[in-house]
Amino acid sequence: MSERLRGVVMAHADLGTALVEAVRVIAGDEAGLAPVSNAGCDRAVLAERLEAAVGGGPAVVFTDLAGGSCTTVAATVARGRADVRVVTGVNLAMLLEFAFHRDEAPDAAAERAAAAGRAAVREVPR
Amino acid sequence: MSVVLFRIDDRLIHGQVVVGWGQATQAGFIVLVDDEVRASDWEQELYRMGVPPSVHVEFASLEEAIELVPAWEADARKGIVLAGDIETMAALCEGAPSIRKVNVGGIHFRAGRTERLRYVYLSDGEAARLKRLSASGVEITAQDVPTVSPVPLDAFA
Repeated sequence: MSERLRGVVMAHADLGTALVEAVRVIAGDEAGLAPVSNAGCDRAVLAERLEAAVGGGPAVVFTDLAGGSCTTVAATVARGRADVRVVTGVNLAMLLEFAFHRDEAPDAAAERAAAAGRAAVREVPR
Repeated sequence: MSVVLFRIDDRLIHGQVVVGWGQATQAGFIVLVDDEVRASDWEQELYRMGVPPSVHVEFASLEEAIELVPAWEADARKGIVLAGDIETMAALCEGAPSIRKVNVGGIHFRAGRTERLRYVYLSDGEAARLKRLSASGVEITAQDVPTVSPVPLDAFA
């Protein structure tokens, strides 16, 4: 089996921390997720924070807003790493799907998580 | 005057600019003045990603921008012009003297800088550069999002 994936939730303000905590409440402590906030930093420092959170192994980075600084920085960091993928538009359903499929390769895990996240967005019937 | 905001922001095109200022100003175009991004198709694609299709995005080198400011100011749409650092915006103002107002939107911590506002950190040299620009007649204020009041240069540099 390949090395288990790490997940990083990189988002504005405290959103990443809150999402990681929400996953922990639902899925337990073994979800493999770490939060990164973009609060108070420029792109270079944000890239350093992300690299520290990703570490040396394979990872998927989840960001909150396409075109936000988290996403552009994550894309730049991942561009230099064959084993790091980025998914934007993070939601709780997406992270839960990821938490239970951390044995996959980054490409497959990212694709699976994105599909779960998309499927979770719907209008609730009245 | 069709450029509604000349802004220094070290995060370049990002959420605060696109969503915050884009909506508040009803901007029809956003220009990023950045030599590095201008030279990279991949980075341009990345920065376009978060901008709604109704907003035109343009990338210019500093040299190109100095030539293009009059055209942007004559554009029928409202526009936002961004630079990632003080030096680029100062050089743009010096090359294009029609620019009368500059917004300091986000300059974050780096070694050698001290906190001036929650979202503005400056070295002494950078503060002096802003003061020189101000002395030349450009009004400089800090304001991260459109819903707060602008802070005059004297209060942060």
